[in-house]
Amino acid sequence: MNYIPITKKDKEKMLNKIGVKDTDELLALQIPQNLRAKQLNIADGLSEQELLNLFNNYANKNKANLICFRGAGIYDHFIPSVVDEITGRSEFWTAYTPYQAEASQGTLQAIFEYQSMICELTGLDTSNASLYDGATAVAEAVLLAVRVSRKNKVIISSALNPQYIKVVKTYTDKLSNIELITVDIDEKNGKISQENLISKIADDIAAVVVQSPNFFGIIEDMSLLSEITKQKNALFISVVNLVSLGLLQAPGQYNADIAVGEGQVFGNAMAMGGATFGFMAVKKALEWKMPGRIVGKTTDKNGKEGFVLTLQSREQHIRREKATSNICTNSALNSFAACVHIAYLGKTGIENLSKINISKARYAFNLISKLNGFSPAFDNNLFFNEFVIKTTKDVNKIDKLLLENNILGPLNLEQINSKYKNCLMFAVTEKRTKKEIDKLVEILKQAE
Amino acid sequence: MEKILNEINSDKQDIELNCDVALDFEIDKKYQRTTPINIPDLSESTIVRHFTVLSRKNFALSNTFYPLGSCTMKYNPVVNEKIAKFNSFINIHPLQEEETIQGNLEVMSELEKTLCEVSGMDAFTLQPAAGAHGEYTGLLIISNYFKAKGEKRTKIIVPDSAHGTNPASAALAGFEIISLKSETDGTLSAKKLSEILTKDVAAIMMTVPNTLGIFEKQISEISDVMHKNGSLMYYDGANLNAVMGMVRPADIGFDVMHINLHKTFSTPHGGGGPGSGPVGVKAFLKDFLPSPRIIKQSDKFKIDFGNEKYSIGQMKAFFGNFPVILKACAYVKALGGKGLKQASEYAVLNANYLLNLLKDKIKVATGKTCMHEFVLSSKGYLGNGVKTLDVAKRLLDYGYYAPTIYFPLIVEEAMMIEPTETESKQLLDEFADVLIKIIDESNKTPEVVKAAPVNTPVTRLNEVQAARKPQLRW
Repeated sequence: MNYIPITKKDKEKMLNKIGVKDTDELLALQIPQNLRAKQLNIADGLSEQELLNLFNNYANKNKANLICFRGAGIYDHFIPSVVDEITGRSEFWTAYTPYQAEASQGTLQAIFEYQSMICELTGLDTSNASLYDGATAVAEAVLLAVRVSRKNKVIISSALNPQYIKVVKTYTDKLSNIELITVDIDEKNGKISQENLISKIADDIAAVVVQSPNFFGIIEDMSLLSEITKQKNALFISVVNLVSLGLLQAPGQYNADIAVGEGQVFGNAMAMGGATFGFMAVKKALEWKMPGRIVGKTTDKNGKEGFVLTLQSREQHIRREKATSNICTNSALNSFAACVHIAYLGKTGIENLSKINISKARYAFNLISKLNGFSPAFDNNLFFNEFVIKTTKDVNKIDKLLLENNILGPLNLEQINSKYKNCLMFAVTEKRTKKEIDKLVEILKQAE
Repeated sequence: MEKILNEINSDKQDIELNCDVALDFEIDKKYQRTTPINIPDLSESTIVRHFTVLSRKNFALSNTFYPLGSCTMKYNPVVNEKIAKFNSFINIHPLQEEETIQGNLEVMSELEKTLCEVSGMDAFTLQPAAGAHGEYTGLLIISNYFKAKGEKRTKIIVPDSAHGTNPASAALAGFEIISLKSETDGTLSAKKLSEILTKDVAAIMMTVPNTLGIFEKQISEISDVMHKNGSLMYYDGANLNAVMGMVRPADIGFDVMHINLHKTFSTPHGGGGPGSGPVGVKAFLKDFLPSPRIIKQSDKFKIDFGNEKYSIGQMKAFFGNFPVILKACAYVKALGGKGLKQASEYAVLNANYLLNLLKDKIKVATGKTCMHEFVLSSKGYLGNGVKTLDVAKRLLDYGYYAPTIYFPLIVEEAMMIEPTETESKQLLDEFADVLIKIIDESNKTPEVVKAAPVNTPVTRLNEVQAARKPQLRW
């Protein structure tokens, strides 16, 4: 196949107009002959039917559509049909970044609405239009904090998602002035150790990064941690799960300066971890330092309201090396999917979604922790939709057994950190039915 | 204006809390949300109508021509969208066992192989999420390489015609930026380069063809100068659509590059993302690529973390923007090697044809021919103080999206036009007629051009007001 709408006859006329006999002559006017490449060693193209067959074959090599009890940053939530219907409209997915505002009011208003929803959920003042994913959003938040505070040490929770820690390290590695300090968790209850934070917080700390629910699913005492942070005038960066915010305190409530996180939980398939989107909301005072695009409301020549990309003097196409970030393309369609999903849920729907998640996770936790050979890994049952269980059974066999039953079982935490031997992390979203949870429990019971 | 969502009254009936296990959500008060959530409860029909109305306020590639220079707004094949929605591709958790994601890993491996062949590079990572993310990745690789060699190289040379992301990415990677003045057609002089080249220069970032759509005549000399200095060559793949099957960046001296799948490989822009910015390197830089890598061992694909010693680390969570990778892979399988070359050939043909339709009416910044795009300078060609911005807005009235304007920065009143290979001769003829008509209007009825647009959902929006009194949420 090719997608070229030019007939042989058209081509002749066009070459004629240009004044060359063929495209080779045209190319020779630009490219020195000695630099021309040999023929590409890539197979010939396929028809649409052959293409679909080929990709069906690839798809069939996966074991997909499993009943998913795995989380650790990416979650299997139900996506209402409205999301695919709306994001599937080609006026949205084939549009470019809305640089020509008057011809992009659809996308711009949708981003404005998305920004507003993120502000509502986080309780903060200003949201950008999106970042690549949760991990890069945390990294950008760290850079933002260093920029505004002019201090260079950042404390990060050791219960931050390990993927995020890795990306933060990559992003800060070459910037010689940034030093990362880890605050430990209390291994007994899985929460950040207050004492450890108090011992590390100091006047030269730019920010403290805490995730709640943390990587192990445990809800942190954010008010207290924020208070400790503020005593030394450091910024408090809160990494949150948007779905949990229907029930759990909003970052604005505990005086967070920046809230970031992974937005996949609303409207986006797991898609092997990408494309998703990262969100970022900040207090008003930080908005001019924020990375990424931002949409604002304004008026047109006739006084009619409309939307434009704004505060652009922060960005790379204007500020070049002095920009707040190098980001250009972001995750617009993914954040739009979340916008549609959140709109679909509404305030009450979001609150209910939170309540269902925690209820189902508790239901599963109560059953699993009572099984022979399974017990809670932490002395703490304050979790949202994810929890860790320690087992005396063979974790590899459990995994295999579940997979045979089309269940993607809990994450074996030993794969992430050798410290957590025999620890299994379960995620239970609203999508998991009672029947599925009961089946999981039944299989675990049989495990050896 | 379509109401903003929060201005629509809640109209949803019977919101029930349906849960098939007993509700159990009590938590200690101190963890509970007290902040109200001001998002209306709307019915599904209201939501569908709201967003459908919004969709109709967008110019999009599916309803008009998008001649955005540097952005390669080519047709996004619909079959690719269909493939990217196969449940068996996307209902997959990133931490599934290798043996359950062999199909996805094979797709990734296939695309890596194809990108190697197209570029001449020896290895690719598909992890970066966008072009700028790819640049950043490439620059970190360069930084780690010199660190491993024990050389202190702290500077990156960036031409003044480069995309803004180039210097921004270099700064993020901890480099100091040296700007290199380009010639009037945006090309670089090897001689001028040698004059500013010092031992602490790590690399030069180049876009080939450059942002004026011109192939670098002195690329071989530039490569010699850089490599003799021990420095590396970075290829910004934004304009790769001009040269597929004709020139391979690795063959002409580049060591590291990124590719924008959402440009050259036809994946849609989604109103600003997601993109994908794979990074390719020559063999000597392979160990520095981000972790993890996908490798093939006796017919099985594996996720390999073994390169962590030299690797720059992880650029984002997990593997990359998989659906985008999938669509790009479908695109190369559909076109094949010959088709890819043909795509570039017709991209160059279309650009030169359009240039020839316009060259007598307006100044072309770079002479008689170009690669896949060209830059016009409207300075001196528009009457009565009409600006490039006005022309761009007037094009919207005629139903076309506008070209990239005021970029590259080295051309006054620039208009950068990239038609791509997926537009017809008839469309190019009509577009050229309209552009010429607008130039004419600037002399005869300049007030009309200055007042544009008037046929869009809103007339010209006040950007100054938006930045001075930011209203960024409801």
